[in-house]
Amino acid sequence: MASHYEAPIRKPLVTGDKTYHHVTVDVAAPIEGKANRQWWIVFGIALAALLWGVGCIIYTISTGIGTWGLNKTVGWAWDITNFVWWVGIGHAGTLISAVLLLFRQKWRMAINRSAEAMTIFSVIQAGLFPIIHMGRPWLAYWVLPIPNTFGSLWVNFNSPLLWDVFAISTYLSVSLVFWWTGLLPDFAMIRDRAILPFQKKIYSLLSFGWSGRAKDWQRFEEVSLVLAGLATPLVLSVHTIVSFDFATSVIPGWHTTIFPPYFVAGAIFSGFAMVNTLLIIMRKVSNLENYITVQHIELMNIVIMITGSIVGVAYITELFIAWYSGVEYEQYAFLNRATGPYWWAYWSMMTCNVFSPQFMWFKKLRTSIMFSFIISIVVNIGMWFERFVIIVTSLHRDYLPSSWTMFSPTFVDIGIFIGTIGFFFVLFLLYARTFPVIAQAEVKTILKASGEKYKKLRDAK
Amino acid sequence: MASKKTYWKQIEQLNPDNTAVQQLAHDEFASKLPEDFLSDEKALKQSNTSRRDFLKYVGFSTAAASLAACEGPVIKSVPYVVQPEQIIPGVANYYATAIADGFDYASILIKTREGRPIKVENNKDAPVLGGANARVHASVLSLYDIQRLQGPKANGSDISWDDLHLQVGAKLKALGASGKEVALITQTYSSPTTEKIIADFVATYPNVKHVYFDTVAEAEALDAFEAAYGERALADYDFSKAAAIVSVGADFLGDWQGGGFDNGYAKTRIPYKEHEAAKMSQHFQFEANMTLSGAAADYRIPATPSAQKNILAHLYAQLIGITAPGSLSETHQKAVAKAVAALKNAGKKAVVISGIQDVGSQQLILAINRFLKSEVIDVTAPRLIRKENGTALEPVLNSIKEGTLGGVIFAGVNPVYSMPDGEAFAEGIKKLDLSVAFSMKEDETAAACQYIAATPHYLEAWGDYEFKRGHFALAQPTIRPLFDTLQFQDALLQWSGSSVSFYQSIQDHWNAYILAGKSWNKALHDGFFTTSDATVAAYNETDLSSVVQALAVASANGLELTLYTKTGIGDGNQANNPWLQEFPDPITRVSWDNYLTMAAADANALGLKNVNVANGALNGSYAKVTVGDQTLTVPVLIQPGQAKGSVGLALGYGKQKGLQEEMQVGVNAYRFYNKAQAVQQVTVAAAAGYHEFACVQLHNTLMGRDIVKETTLEIFNTKDKDYWNPIPKVSKNHIETPVTSPEVDIWESFDRSVGHHFNLSIDLNACTGCGACVIACHAENNVPVVGKNEIRKSRDMHWLRIDRYYSSESTFEGDDETVDNISGLSDSLTTFGEMEQAAENPQVTFQPVMCQHCNHAPCETVCPVAATSHGRQGQNHMAYNRCVGTRYCANNCPYKVRRFNWFLYNKNDEFDYHMNNDLGRMVLNPDVVVRSRGVMEKCSMCIQKTQKTILDAKRDGRVIKDGEFQTACSSACSNGAMVFGDINDKESQVAALKENERMYHLLESVGTKPNVMYQTKVRNI
Repeated sequence: MASHYEAPIRKPLVTGDKTYHHVTVDVAAPIEGKANRQWWIVFGIALAALLWGVGCIIYTISTGIGTWGLNKTVGWAWDITNFVWWVGIGHAGTLISAVLLLFRQKWRMAINRSAEAMTIFSVIQAGLFPIIHMGRPWLAYWVLPIPNTFGSLWVNFNSPLLWDVFAISTYLSVSLVFWWTGLLPDFAMIRDRAILPFQKKIYSLLSFGWSGRAKDWQRFEEVSLVLAGLATPLVLSVHTIVSFDFATSVIPGWHTTIFPPYFVAGAIFSGFAMVNTLLIIMRKVSNLENYITVQHIELMNIVIMITGSIVGVAYITELFIAWYSGVEYEQYAFLNRATGPYWWAYWSMMTCNVFSPQFMWFKKLRTSIMFSFIISIVVNIGMWFERFVIIVTSLHRDYLPSSWTMFSPTFVDIGIFIGTIGFFFVLFLLYARTFPVIAQAEVKTILKASGEKYKKLRDAK
Repeated sequence: MASKKTYWKQIEQLNPDNTAVQQLAHDEFASKLPEDFLSDEKALKQSNTSRRDFLKYVGFSTAAASLAACEGPVIKSVPYVVQPEQIIPGVANYYATAIADGFDYASILIKTREGRPIKVENNKDAPVLGGANARVHASVLSLYDIQRLQGPKANGSDISWDDLHLQVGAKLKALGASGKEVALITQTYSSPTTEKIIADFVATYPNVKHVYFDTVAEAEALDAFEAAYGERALADYDFSKAAAIVSVGADFLGDWQGGGFDNGYAKTRIPYKEHEAAKMSQHFQFEANMTLSGAAADYRIPATPSAQKNILAHLYAQLIGITAPGSLSETHQKAVAKAVAALKNAGKKAVVISGIQDVGSQQLILAINRFLKSEVIDVTAPRLIRKENGTALEPVLNSIKEGTLGGVIFAGVNPVYSMPDGEAFAEGIKKLDLSVAFSMKEDETAAACQYIAATPHYLEAWGDYEFKRGHFALAQPTIRPLFDTLQFQDALLQWSGSSVSFYQSIQDHWNAYILAGKSWNKALHDGFFTTSDATVAAYNETDLSSVVQALAVASANGLELTLYTKTGIGDGNQANNPWLQEFPDPITRVSWDNYLTMAAADANALGLKNVNVANGALNGSYAKVTVGDQTLTVPVLIQPGQAKGSVGLALGYGKQKGLQEEMQVGVNAYRFYNKAQAVQQVTVAAAAGYHEFACVQLHNTLMGRDIVKETTLEIFNTKDKDYWNPIPKVSKNHIETPVTSPEVDIWESFDRSVGHHFNLSIDLNACTGCGACVIACHAENNVPVVGKNEIRKSRDMHWLRIDRYYSSESTFEGDDETVDNISGLSDSLTTFGEMEQAAENPQVTFQPVMCQHCNHAPCETVCPVAATSHGRQGQNHMAYNRCVGTRYCANNCPYKVRRFNWFLYNKNDEFDYHMNNDLGRMVLNPDVVVRSRGVMEKCSMCIQKTQKTILDAKRDGRVIKDGEFQTACSSACSNGAMVFGDINDKESQVAALKENERMYHLLESVGTKPNVMYQTKVRNI
């Protein structure tokens, strides 16, 4: 704590006359209270979607990938689109908790917990697709370099899919550890407030025996910093590696060196949009408006605007390079993207990802809760289309016109996607009711400096 | 001291008077077993269960229950008790035989494994019809057709052969006694022994009248030949001698006059530059439907059937220097003038042929070729594979319809299906006193007959043939008959009272009349035998001026329909063959259907459309097509190159009986085949709804891409290779470097100097798109059949496909120019959109594509589990057992040749084709694994064949000769378009082809370095 002092012109990060106790009570309230009807309704819908998805997955695994709309030319469509989409969404959490920690952006404290929860939950969704998209998912463990008795069989380290395995699993584990570390003092707080013995038992297990000693805090700070250092390169590496799935291939529209930065920017873009979607609802439902303020939303909107513009530049660069390369296949691939049979997907992507974030140049719009919410949804639709455009429109018309065809999803494709959305929300809703959704221990560290109450006190002096 | 001790068993025994003891001593068993133990329910209920009974029941039921539970899966593998002399498990035996099913005639070899015929191979030694087409290659699967009759039937129920012989014999005698006539209607067997047997049969029963019935007839050509040369036969053509070919409506690369002309043709189409300028034949094709011949032609001129007649008349007139009445359209006029010039230029190497079914036209053809002194036509040893005579056949058919005949015997024909008024004919058959059908299936005709005499498949049968005068073939069984069947000839012999078998008759006949002292065994081993009893018949001059007059002014009102046979289904004889149903038509690329082919202009005028739905699949409007009083609702396919004012429809579809439901596709176009005339006047009207096609190629044009390289003969002869077959270049440090240079290769290459290095060369000039390779690949590699719905979803499993491209401009060269001339964004937007449409009369090109076995394979790097990796001999391997099915390899394949098992295609009721029944699975090649669900598969370059060759040579301790290495496709290609071999053998043909100027690799610029190469197509224009 360098100082409790913060410039008066900076807006308070915690509004309302909040004291330490208020913070505790506000964060613990959703856990200690009872779920309201809306929660149950939303949870019911999410659970139904999840079950539908599970049904579709069982159908796929028992019958074959033929239940999807894929064909000899388009070997990946919704499966890998969804995979990349969910991985992308996962990016915001790490960026907020790790990169912003290193950059000492205090505003991250109100949102990092949920952003990281979102990361973990969406990486779980993402991880599902590479497994179920396999023709023989029961052999999925073959992609792991485990010693085996199959002879001298080993994985192929040249394959970007194998890099994905490492990237995603590393990302998931580091994120999980980082998230959990941050949760320890907060779980301990819930444990200490818990009245029912069962709850107490559970939270004391979850808090790993946090005692609140100075040594605990010191180690906590150190581990957080180390993990932030570890996680930061992951923000760049994971989506870089995911983009290698495409960039290292020979397919026009995939074989593009711009993909790593473009994918990372896109991932942060979609991740922030998803954080906005979730937190705008949560701050309302869980009465956290004083912690997740309009300022937070505005700052995230600015990130969305910047990353959206980066993505837009990337799109235009791709078009330019396709023309400049002089390669007829490359040129046609991009011409076909924009004007071919899937033009609607391309222009949906362009509208949602490039045009819509430009509204955020207007302060009035970027501080409008409702507008931010709408844009956050639009951006995620756009980012889904981006992956669809890259995967399907590149594949459906590649080199030999004789193999050109189209892709159309079946109810199973759609069902599994809806199922993962359901699964994600099931996890998030359970999280919102059982986990401290705001890193209250961290927020408390800035309360004196950046809490409205204390700022006012100081200003009054 | 001898004593006979008696040991007493119980105390009562001491008393000899005890009756119980006496009884025991007398009876073997202490008490009698109840005779109806457990079966007499009443007694069982009344009896008290003793302890012993109880134990019996317990023991029995326990044993029964455990025995029932113990029954595991029984795998019936029966070892040979006595090893057959010539069957070594794991080693294939080949037998020479021949097919003559009334439509296809060929000398072939049959590969058998463990006694099962599993594959058809070309009989490369046979001088005549030694090349199998797609249907012949597929015919081995028809042997294992579960719809085949398993024994003779009488009035719908099973009967023994003895009873059938008795009953039919009695009826024949009775009919003979009452003086009623019996018709014997058979296919053209072109079999000397069969002809003799039929003659003997007719001699025994003089009331029998034998007539030939060809499902797809060539009666007019036969009439013309008979008129000119006095023999009922078809002129033969050797296109390998041709320098100029003019075809007026004859699809001679297809099934015209029995087909099989393509290998001779291909020989003249490969330009070799040795010391002088390369030569190749020039081919003019005037036709209505787009055919294989039209696709191969240098000049293809669309002409309606009536315009074809005008063209033929004018061609004749211009050649011999007379004037014909009427006039041709400007394009036709120019084309005819050009063709005439080419014919004159070619001298004796010129030939004119025609498919117009008109005696006059066919007479003109003979006259023209005589005038040209053509060396291509062979009238001394004509073809004998069509026999139908309309004037003889028609009264017989009519009398059956009227029911005035006594009886009828059918053999090898299905007229109820293949006649326009089949239903009426079937009613007529039912009125007859005797009707017998020799058939493999309970087809439409068989179902109408009293007796069905189940015949064996040709692979279970004997036969002898004379395909062409002096060119004989022998057929031998390659497996013991699977069912209780009898050959038609054997039955006739029985009915004639002869005791010899057909086999014996053949042997006797051959020894007496054909072999002239030569070895029967050798003839049987070779499968063919040639004599030189060709006779030059005198030519009967006829005055053709009236014919020319009539043809020159022939015209038609409205649309003209040309009925044709598709490469896959042919006359429909093998309609229950899933390989053939799923075989995409080489021209339209549509499988599982027939359809009305129509020019775009005509379709627009009628409001008929072809549209692609969301998943890309093709839909076509329905049209009501009327010929005379017959109307059929037929889906329409817009066909580039179809002559305006003409439509086409394939015969052989729409069968309803003797085939499973999945195969009952299309419409029966024989309903329009009035008087066996392929050309009919039709009216077409739009009908409601769309038909769902299963088309494997949804994009038809080349988009100006460098995928099929083309040039003209003139450029080929005069310009440098770099001009017409340049290697793509890439800029490295601002220096243009060929992409094949190691300078621009970031890969480490495999050391290929040791061992074999397999390459496959595909000559785009020699490929006619016949598709024999596609079916051969299916048979060799157990490629699954997926059915119409899956094909519609673009999920065909074909390891080898023949891409067909149309030009968007009138030539492919024009396409390239169009692309080169694009300037600016908006121009490219509109131009590429326009290029998706084929031209009205496009150039066509075929390109067989299979796995290219890249030395730098994009698929190999991306597989996470290394399931696909490179072999020492150049192949790109696929380890099915290791594949987890990510499909990344297929996505990253620039050639899109990898095929994923979306479902389980064997032993799955959803895919009820040959792999779903024990009989059908007999066709599977034991050397190739049947793939399971969820794995990727693709062409292996027939590694099982190359390994076999290597191992055989190793065992024999010899060097492998060039030509020994073959893939299924290369050995099936009778045109010489596919050449396979080891390029490390510098003397090999394939090594020479690799150095050929015309050689290029597909998508060279991607840097994949394939082991499959293509030879640039050269057009003689």
